[in-house]
Amino acid sequence: MSRYVIGRIGQAALVLWAAFTVSFILLQALPGDAILIKFLNFELGLGPEQIADIRASYGADSPLLVQYVHTVISFLTGNYGYSIHAGVPVGDLILANLPQTLWLATLGFLLSLVLAITLAALSALSPFSWLRSLIQSIPALFISTPVFWLGILLIQVFSFQLKLIPIINPGPWQALILPVLTLAVPISAPLAQILMRNIDHVLTEPFVAVARAKGASHRWVLWKHVAKNAVLPTLTIAGILFGELLAGAVVTEAVFGLNGLGGLTQRSVNDQDIAVLQAIVVFSAAAFVLINLTVDLLYPVFDPRLRVKQGAVA
Amino acid sequence: MTTAINIKPASADVANLPVLEIGNLAVGYRGNEGFQRVVHDVSLLVRPGEVVALVGESGSGKTTTAQAVIGLLAENGRLEAGTVRLNGTDIVGWSQKQLDAIRGSKISLIPQDPTTSLNPVKTIGAQVAEVLQIHRKGSRAEIDARVIELLTRVGLSQPELRARQYPHELSGGMRQRVLIAIAIALRPALIIADEPTSALDVTVQKRILDLIDELRREYGTAVLLVTHDLGVAADRANHIVVLKGGRIQEQGATAEVLAKPRSDYTRKLLADAPSLGKTRSVPRSVSPRIDRRGDAIVVENLVQDFAIGGRRDAFRAVDGVSFTVQRGATHAIVGESGSGKTTTARSIVGFQKPTAGRILVDGIDVTTLRRESLRWFRKTIQLVYQNPFASLDPRQTIFQIVEEPLLNFDPLPREDRARKVQAILDRVGLPSSVLARKPHALSGGQRQRVAIARALVLDPQVLVLDEAVSALDVTVQAQILALLDELQQALGLTYLFISHDLAVVRQISDTVSVLHNGRQVDGGPVEDVFQRPGSAYTRELISAIPGQHNVNLN
Repeated sequence: MSRYVIGRIGQAALVLWAAFTVSFILLQALPGDAILIKFLNFELGLGPEQIADIRASYGADSPLLVQYVHTVISFLTGNYGYSIHAGVPVGDLILANLPQTLWLATLGFLLSLVLAITLAALSALSPFSWLRSLIQSIPALFISTPVFWLGILLIQVFSFQLKLIPIINPGPWQALILPVLTLAVPISAPLAQILMRNIDHVLTEPFVAVARAKGASHRWVLWKHVAKNAVLPTLTIAGILFGELLAGAVVTEAVFGLNGLGGLTQRSVNDQDIAVLQAIVVFSAAAFVLINLTVDLLYPVFDPRLRVKQGAVA
Repeated sequence: MTTAINIKPASADVANLPVLEIGNLAVGYRGNEGFQRVVHDVSLLVRPGEVVALVGESGSGKTTTAQAVIGLLAENGRLEAGTVRLNGTDIVGWSQKQLDAIRGSKISLIPQDPTTSLNPVKTIGAQVAEVLQIHRKGSRAEIDARVIELLTRVGLSQPELRARQYPHELSGGMRQRVLIAIAIALRPALIIADEPTSALDVTVQKRILDLIDELRREYGTAVLLVTHDLGVAADRANHIVVLKGGRIQEQGATAEVLAKPRSDYTRKLLADAPSLGKTRSVPRSVSPRIDRRGDAIVVENLVQDFAIGGRRDAFRAVDGVSFTVQRGATHAIVGESGSGKTTTARSIVGFQKPTAGRILVDGIDVTTLRRESLRWFRKTIQLVYQNPFASLDPRQTIFQIVEEPLLNFDPLPREDRARKVQAILDRVGLPSSVLARKPHALSGGQRQRVAIARALVLDPQVLVLDEAVSALDVTVQAQILALLDELQQALGLTYLFISHDLAVVRQISDTVSVLHNGRQVDGGPVEDVFQRPGSAYTRELISAIPGQHNVNLN
C-alpha cells in the first residue's frame, strides 16, 4: 500500500474521531436528561433513591472524562450502549431502521445524478442560447426549494389531487416514490450547476478546438472529449453531497412518516436519547468518511494524471 | 458522406490556383457594447506549397482571421463579409456539418500551446487515431499502424510507447510533434499554424519549425503561419502579411517586405524586433555609467537542491553557479525552461536558502539573513515578475499597488507617500490619470511600468527582472527596454536580467551567464560569448535565434 493510501486512511480515522468527540461534548452540554424525562413520572411512583440507582446503572453521574473513555472503548468493541427510551441495544435500533434509509438515500442519489446529467446534457446540446440560459437557471430554482415544502407539495398534488399514490398503506415501492423525489431535487441542483459550469469551461479548452479542427462534430466533441473532463471534478462534490443526503433524510422521513434513521434521529432528539444520537452521529460520519475515502482512492482510476508515472518522460 | 462537398479545382489551371484565397474578409465579435468589428477588409492568397506568414501584435486580428478560415470562430464571433475560397470553392456560409468534412482532411490546424491542446485523459495514440476515425480512414488495425507511422514520421522516439502514454508524460516539444502528426495525418492542402512555437524553448522552436518545413516540402502542403515573431516569419515564409488593428498594413514577398518596408508600422516592427535588430550601437562594456567601481552582486558556487516526494534523494536545480555583477551594470542569466535560471534568481533575492555557496548583494551575505533582516534586505533588491497580468492585485488601484511597499517600511506621512508614488509613476512614464484606475484598465505595457514603479518606489540598488519583457509585444517590449536603460543611467541601478531570449539579452546586458540543466556552461561579456561561444550548447542557442537567415526561399 502506498504512502498516499495510508495517509488518506489515517485522515479518515482522524475525522471519525473528531466527529465522535465533538458530538459527545455537544450532547453532554444539552440541557435536559433522558433518564429524568422517562423516569421522573408520577405514575411510575419511583422515589429519589430509586432514580439515583437507575442513574448509577447507566453511569450517568460519573465524571465526563470517565464517561468519554468508557464510551470510546465500548464503541471500539462494537457496543453502542442501550437506548434509554426504548430499552433495547442501540445497534439493534440502527440495524432495524437502516434498510429504509439506505433505499431512500441510494435511490435519491441515483435520481439526483439522473436529473443533473439530464439538465447538463440538455443545456450542452441546446441549439439556442436563450434555451441554454433557461435550462441553466433551473438548478437555482431547485437549490432554493425547502425539502419540507417540496414534500408537502408533492403529497398535495400526487396523493390528494391526482390520487396517484395512496397516502394510507402504500406498497413498499409506492411509499418511496415521493420521498426519493423530494430528496433528489435539492441534491441534484449543485451537481447540475457544477457539471454545466465544467462543460462550459472544458468547451473553451484548446484541445476542444483541436478536436473540432480534426473535423469532429459538436456531439462527438461533447461525448468523447468534454464528458470525462467535466465529470472528473464533480466526483469530489458528489462525495460531499452525501452529507446533505443524510441531513435531507431526517426532514424527508419526518414529512413522509417513514421509519428510517432520519425518523429515529428525530424521535431520539425529542426524547434526548443521547446514546442513540451518539451512535447515529458516528454511524453517519463513518458512512460519509468511507464514501469520500472511496472517491479519493478511485480518482487515479479515472484520471491518468494522478497515476504513478511510468515509462520515459524525456 | 463527402460526395456532396467534394472540393475540386474549378479550372484546369491547377498549379496557379491558390489553395486559399481570402477576399475582403470582415469579422466581428458581439460584446457588451454591441457588435465590434475586429478584422476589416483582409485579402490574401496562399498558393500550393507556399508559406504565408500573418504577422501582428496581440489584438491585430491575426488569430481571428485564421479561425475564420477554418470555421472555428468563438461563439460570439461572426463572419460579416468577404469570401474564403478553398481550392476555388467559397466555404463562407457552409454549415458546420459541411465544414466538419473538410476540417482535418483538407485543412488542418497546429495550435499555439501544446500543453493544453491535447486531451489530458486520452492517450496520445487515441488522439492521433481520432482524426483518422472521424474521416473513416481504414480499419482499426490499419489506423493503429498508421498512428505509429505518423508518430515515427514526426520524429518521436519509441512511437509504440508514446501511443500508449498520456499527454502529461511528454514534454512540450514532444506534444507539439504529436499535434503536427494529427495535422498532417490526412495530407491536407492547407495547414494553419497558429503561433506553433510561441510556448516552446528557442532550440525546440527551431526543431519544430524545421519539421514543419520538411513535411511541407514532402507533402506539398501550404502553410498559413500566424506569428507575432517577425524573426520566425522572416526565416520561414515566402510571403508576409502585416496586420495591425485588424487591417492589412502591407503584404508582399518576404525579402521585399524586409528590405523595403512600405508602411511606417512595418518599419517600426522591424526596428523593434530584437532578433532582426542590429546589435546596439554603443557597446555596453565601455558604457560610462560603470564608474562607481565595486560589485553589486557576487555569487560563488551556488548550489540549490530540492527534495523530491519527501524522500531523501534530491533534485539539483542549480549546480555550482558563480558570477559577479558590477554596480550599475546589467548581468543576464540565460537558459531554457528547467535550466535553473529562475531558481538562481530566487536564491539571490532570498526567497530560499541555498544548499551551498555564497551570495553577496551590496556587501550583505544573503544566506545569513533571517526574518526581520531578510525583510529589510528587500529595500536593497526588488523583483519584477514576468507576467504583468498576474503580478498586480486586480482589486487594488494603481496608487495602492505602488504605495504598498512604502507602508511596509518607511512610516512616511500620507502626503509624502502620495508625492513619492506620483514621482515614481512620472519616472516610469505613466500619466497621473492612472492613479485611481485598476490594473484591468491598463494595457500590458502600462502594467509592466506599474510593476517597475512598485519595485523602484523603495529606492533599491538592484532590480531582478525575471522574464520582465517576455510577455509583451515587440514594440511595447522595445519601449520597456528603453525605459529600463534610461532608469539605469539616471539612478545607477544594477540589473539582473533573467531571460530565455538571447536576442533581447544581447541588446540589454553587459555580461551574461548561460545555464543549462542547472550548470553554468558559459559566461563573460556579452559580445565575447556571442562571438566566441565557449560551449556547444551556447552555439546551439545562438543558432536557434530566429531571423538570422533572413531570406530563406526555396
